[in-house]
Amino acid sequence: MNILVCVKQVPDTNEIKIDPDTNTLIRDGVPSIVNPFDGYALEAAARIKDNAPDTKIVVLSMGPQQAETALCECLAIAADKAYLVTDRAFGGSDTLATSYILSKAIEKVEELENEKFDAVFCGKQAIDGDTAQVGPELAEHLGYPQVTCALEVKSEADGLHVYREAEDGKEVIGVKTPCLITFTKPSFDPRFPTIKRKIAARKAKIAQLTAAELTSIDPAHAGLKGSPTKVKRTYVPPRKEAGVVVKEETVEASAHKLFDLLSKAHVI
Amino acid sequence: MPNYLKVTPEIIAELEKAAPGRVVTGADVNPDYSKDEMPIYGVRMPDVSIDAQSTEEVSAIMKICYEHDIPVTTRGAGTGLVGGCTPICGGVVICTMRMNRILSYDLENFAVTVQPGVLLQQLAEDALKHGCMYPPDPGEKMATLGGNVATNAGGMRAVKYGCTRDYVRAMTVVLPNGEITRFGGTVSKTSSGYSLVNLMIGSEGTLGIITELTLKLIPAPQATVSLMAPFEDLAACISVVPKFFMKHYQPQALEFFEKEILVSSEQYLGKQVFPRKIEGTDIGAYLLITFDGNSMEELDPIVESASEMLLEEGALDVLVADTPPKLKDIWAARSSFLEGIEEQTKLLDECDVVVPVNKIAPYVEFVDEAKKNYDFEVKYFGHAGDGNLHIYECSTDMDREEFKKQVREFLDSIYRKTMEFGGQISGEHGIGLGKVHYLEEAAGSVNMGLMLGIKKVFDPKLILNPGKVCMKL
Repeated sequence: MNILVCVKQVPDTNEIKIDPDTNTLIRDGVPSIVNPFDGYALEAAARIKDNAPDTKIVVLSMGPQQAETALCECLAIAADKAYLVTDRAFGGSDTLATSYILSKAIEKVEELENEKFDAVFCGKQAIDGDTAQVGPELAEHLGYPQVTCALEVKSEADGLHVYREAEDGKEVIGVKTPCLITFTKPSFDPRFPTIKRKIAARKAKIAQLTAAELTSIDPAHAGLKGSPTKVKRTYVPPRKEAGVVVKEETVEASAHKLFDLLSKAHVI
Repeated sequence: MPNYLKVTPEIIAELEKAAPGRVVTGADVNPDYSKDEMPIYGVRMPDVSIDAQSTEEVSAIMKICYEHDIPVTTRGAGTGLVGGCTPICGGVVICTMRMNRILSYDLENFAVTVQPGVLLQQLAEDALKHGCMYPPDPGEKMATLGGNVATNAGGMRAVKYGCTRDYVRAMTVVLPNGEITRFGGTVSKTSSGYSLVNLMIGSEGTLGIITELTLKLIPAPQATVSLMAPFEDLAACISVVPKFFMKHYQPQALEFFEKEILVSSEQYLGKQVFPRKIEGTDIGAYLLITFDGNSMEELDPIVESASEMLLEEGALDVLVADTPPKLKDIWAARSSFLEGIEEQTKLLDECDVVVPVNKIAPYVEFVDEAKKNYDFEVKYFGHAGDGNLHIYECSTDMDREEFKKQVREFLDSIYRKTMEFGGQISGEHGIGLGKVHYLEEAAGSVNMGLMLGIKKVFDPKLILNPGKVCMKL
C-alpha cells in the first residue's frame, strides 16, 4: 500500500506571542513544529506499516525552505521519502490555491515515484490557521472520496476501515481506495523517532518541487493572486478557560460534586 | 526535651500586633500545616499559624516566641518527604508562601534575588524569560525555593549542574532570637571565615529562618535533546551509567526506572508515552538521558556517539525526543512518579539513599532481595547519574503499626548496606523528623554532637523546628 501524508510546519502554539499593537503573531524566536494533527496522520500511516511492512509512506509539505526540518522529523518518525513544494510563486496561497497546488504536486510525485497512492492522509486542520479546509478541498481536486476526523485506520481486504470521531461516539466507515482521510487527536501519541532513523533522516536529501517542475499548475490559481480569499482583519479569539472534569469514585459522588459546583456557581 | 511554654491569649495578642490579621489559632488553623507529604512520621496541629509577609514581621514574631519559649516551625509549600515541617511540638507555624515575589535580577552577574515563598516553577519560567536557567530541578516544581534551600534539594539536573547549594549566593536570615542577619555575598568566591550560608543550606529550618535569597543563574542552554533507552532488565540498564562519565558525555540528566513505576505514573497521567516492547522483546527498565548545549549542531555528535554506546551495551533501541511536545511528554511521565505512587497507595514511606555510581547495581540487587521478606510493595527509581535512589515502601492493605514495624526493619537493613557501600542516608530529601535515628547511627556520636553544638549556637533555647535533623526529643 502507498500512503501520502501531507504535513505543514507551524509555530508551536504553546509558545505563541501576540504583538499587542498589530494583533498579529510574533513568529521570531517561536519554535516550529510539525502540525500535531499531521503527526497523528503520520502515526496512522505508520501503524498500517507496522502490520504491512511493504507499505510505503511519502510525506509532502508546501512551504518555505525551512519546512525541510519538519519533513526530516517525519522521515525520522516513519516516512520513507519526503517532498517539499516550495516556490515564491506559491507564497500567499489561501486554502483553495494550496489544495490545488498540492493536488498537482501529488500527481507529479506519483509520476516521479512511478506509483499511484492508495490513500492521502492529512491532519484535520493546522493549528495556526485552524480552517480545516485544505484536506477536504484536496480530496475534491483529486476526485477522491474523503473521510474526516479519523482516529484510526485499518487496512482490510475490502478497503480502509476508518474509525471516526462523531458527535455521540465513534463511527466506523468503510472507504474504497484511492481516498483521502483527515485525522484528529486519537488517544495515543505519535511514536518517538529512533536514533537510527534520526541519523538517516539527517543525511537524507529532500526532493524539492518548484513551479519549474510543476508545469501543470495554472499560475492564475496559485499564490496570492490566485487566491479568492481576502483577509480583512486578523484577531486573537478570546481565550477559553479549561473545563472542569468531575470524576469521583462513584456515579453518586460525581453527581453530588457536580451539584455542589453548580450550586456554588449559582447556576442552579 | 526543653521546657516549652504554652501559647497564651496574651502571647496571641502580641503576635497579632506583629502580624495583624494573619494570626490564626486553634481549629481555624489550616490542617495542611500539621504535616508534609509524609504523614507516616507524625501529624500535629500547631497552636498558631501565621502567613508571614516580610523579614521584619518574621523577626518580630521570633522575638515574641524566643522570649516566651514557644517552639516555631517554618514551612513553605509542605512538599517535603521526611516530616521536616511537621510542628511536632505544636507552638507556632510560620508559613512563607505569601513571601512569593521575585525581587530583582542582576543579569550581568547572573543573580536573582527572591523571597523564600517563590515556587521553583515560578522562578524557572521567569528566569527563562530573561534568557537564564535556574539549574536545580527537583521533581516537585511546586516546592518553594526557601524549602529547596533548607533541604539542599537536588533533582534531575544535579548530575551536570549540582544541587541547590551550588546556586545559593547570599541570604537574609532571621535568627531564633529575632535578630536579622545576612550570610554570603553576590560574588562568585569567598574565603572569608566560616561559611554560615552553607551551614544554613540543608539545615531544614533548625538554625534560622530564611527570608530572602540571592541565587545564581546560568545562561539558558539553547538546545536540548532527550534520549530514552529501553533495556530488557535493570542490571543492564544500570551498568551503562558509569560509561557516560568515562566518555565525557556530560548529560544534564540521567535517570533510571523500572517498568512498574512507569506504568503507575502513566496511569495517573492517563497517557501512555513509553513503549512497553521493542520488536517483540518486553522492556524491563528504562534509562532517560538529557543533553543540553548551545545548538543542535553541537549536540548531534554527542547524541550519536552516546546512542551508539547505549546500543552496544544492550539497549533495545534508542528513541529521541528533540521537539518541544516530545520533550514535554517524555519528562511528564518521569516527573509524576511520586503522584502515581501516592494515588495508588494508602501507607507510604520512602528513603532517599545515595551510593557510589558503580554500586547502584549491587545495591538494587540487595534491595530486591531484602524486600522479599516483607508484606509491603517496594518501588524505586533514581537519579542514576548521582547514585541517588528513591525507594518507596507502599501498602494498601497492611495494618498501620505492622507496616511501620516492617518498614523500620527493612530500612535498617538497607541503610546498613548504604553505609557499607560508602553512601549517605539522604541525597536530597533531608533528615527531618523521619530519619533522625538513622542519621544518628550513620553520623556517629561525635558528628551528631558537633551538629547539635552548632544548633545550640544559633538556637540556644532550641525553639526552632524541634525534633529535627540532629535534635532528638
